[in-house]
Amino acid sequence: MNNVRNKKRANKSLPFFFKDEFKVFFVIIFVSTILLVTTFTFDKVPPILNRGIQPATFPKGLLVLIMFLTAIIYYLSFKNPWKKEKKLPKPFFLTILSFILFIIISKTLDFFLAISVLSIFVSYNWGEKRIFYLLLVGILFPLVVFIFFEMILGLRFPPGIITNLYYY
Amino acid sequence: MMAPLFSSKLLIVLIFGTLFGLILGVLPGLGPTTGGALILPFTMTLDPLSAIVLLTSIYCAGTYGGAITAVLINTPGTPAAAATCLDGYPLAQKGEAGRALGMATVSSTVGGIFSVIVLVFFAPVLAQLAYEFGQPEYFALAIFGLTMLASIGEGSPIKNLIAGAFGILISTIGKDFMTSIDRFTYGINELSVGIGFIPVVVGLFAISEMLTQSTLLDQVFKRVALKAVKLPSLDDYKKTWKTILRSSGIGSFIGVLPAEGGTVASLIGYSEAKRFSKEPEEFGKGSIEGIAGAEAANNAATGGAMVPTLALGIPGSATTAVILTGLIIHGVRPGPDLFREQPDFLYGIFGAMLIANVLFFIFGFFGAKLFARITLVPNKILWPMIFAVSVCGTYSLSQSIIDVWIMLFFGVLGFFMRRFGFSVVPVIIGLILGELVEGTLRQSLVIFDGNWLMFLTRPIALTFFILSLIALAFPLLRSKKQKK
Repeated sequence: MNNVRNKKRANKSLPFFFKDEFKVFFVIIFVSTILLVTTFTFDKVPPILNRGIQPATFPKGLLVLIMFLTAIIYYLSFKNPWKKEKKLPKPFFLTILSFILFIIISKTLDFFLAISVLSIFVSYNWGEKRIFYLLLVGILFPLVVFIFFEMILGLRFPPGIITNLYYY
Repeated sequence: MMAPLFSSKLLIVLIFGTLFGLILGVLPGLGPTTGGALILPFTMTLDPLSAIVLLTSIYCAGTYGGAITAVLINTPGTPAAAATCLDGYPLAQKGEAGRALGMATVSSTVGGIFSVIVLVFFAPVLAQLAYEFGQPEYFALAIFGLTMLASIGEGSPIKNLIAGAFGILISTIGKDFMTSIDRFTYGINELSVGIGFIPVVVGLFAISEMLTQSTLLDQVFKRVALKAVKLPSLDDYKKTWKTILRSSGIGSFIGVLPAEGGTVASLIGYSEAKRFSKEPEEFGKGSIEGIAGAEAANNAATGGAMVPTLALGIPGSATTAVILTGLIIHGVRPGPDLFREQPDFLYGIFGAMLIANVLFFIFGFFGAKLFARITLVPNKILWPMIFAVSVCGTYSLSQSIIDVWIMLFFGVLGFFMRRFGFSVVPVIIGLILGELVEGTLRQSLVIFDGNWLMFLTRPIALTFFILSLIALAFPLLRSKKQKK
């Protein structure tokens, strides 16, 4: 009981813009507003081709509904504040970083290399220090997956510095 | 019913699907939805029946597999096994892990078989009814499905509605299917074809779970030793047969409704088992009835969830949404015509689900100890491997790197959604129902000459709208009752 009170107190002491409830409310409303503005740029269909409603009407309705419901959950959070979440640990941010690395490497160098780098990076940062297991997750397993997809599904992976060695 | 299954190829597919489903179910964080989405590209090498048999056997076995980890390490392998932890683990701590798993296995099998019987009898009836449905009725039905998510789905009803609306919004990305006008494409050609189902599912389930696991690296599981799974004693059967039957009925019914399938079913099955029990004080301390109530219900939801999926093309759960995608990819159009034109195909699915329930009983009974060992694979090895399969699987469907990036985006989004109490299941259901909702609305308005009030002149549509209002009011009434 005391823990619950302390949590609520801790949450109440924060300025409103630091609270999770406000952050979620702000992000949803902000993104929805941008999308709603975008819907006004959609082409309009001449009345003779228009079937029922304009193409922009349905997404507009959905966005207004989302914004309305978000306002309700924010209002309700004044009565029942959300549970305060724990801070995210370092491995979480490193995993996100690995995703960014994956996108950069897969776009500029090689798809397969990107998978290998991410696998080794994540495994290492999650605590795996043994070389054998790092090679297993970073090279052997992606290689097996690559060959499996290539042979069973006849899949052609995007060209890159390593993938090209296999194809040519 | 079984005739199409008496081919060695289908039996192999069935056995593989059951084993794979068990492995997925045992591993916390994975489950039949993620597994089904990951294996979907491989089904392209199979004929339609084999592909759907594979997906349904993964669904049945994966739902049961969650009980093994729930009992032995107090961590549900799948969300549907969360209620099983409440009594399964305390009983295992008393040195009766074999008895707990035995009851979980038997009640899951009974629940699963019961639900297949419901599927066999109820799906054709529903399909026959669907002949009466026009565009307005389908629109009202889809709205009813989405409001049910808010009503009985897990978590906050309003957050579930937001997530469902967001799912529908995603389905509007790309060329408008009626006028070919670009929507939310921002000049990116790849977005013109819309956002695929698989990148979203794999992102929301597998990648977001990978991020969740990155926050739980210091978590230590306490494993309970298991010698062997024991069949329940005669006393256990006497104590639980009513609970198993009741939960099977509850699970099948909940499964038919478009909500979170097994997860909700097991919670209701468990609480009803407690309500009717002669020893409610034993619940939470290792009650055998608690295990039976939860497990029979969650497996009974599998057959139930297949009813609207096959009869109407409206998924009853996240995993059936994946199965529905599988059907569409293989050129099978679910709905009433499927029952008239391809009965052999349907009987193949029914038979496969029946056999999958028997198979996971055998594998679970004799191999639970072995499957439990899979959880010993450390996350730091397991999740990078799952990432590699997720990336290749997502890429393979349309050979687009953009799909992989979309998967990563939805992975991060799914993580934050779950962190702030938004369920990701309504997004999936919304995404798959989105085109149906918009298409039927627009076509209805064409029929009604733009007069919205005409919806109220259609009795079936009106009934669904009234049911939707009741579904929306239900959480309010429930919270008022709880306050009293």
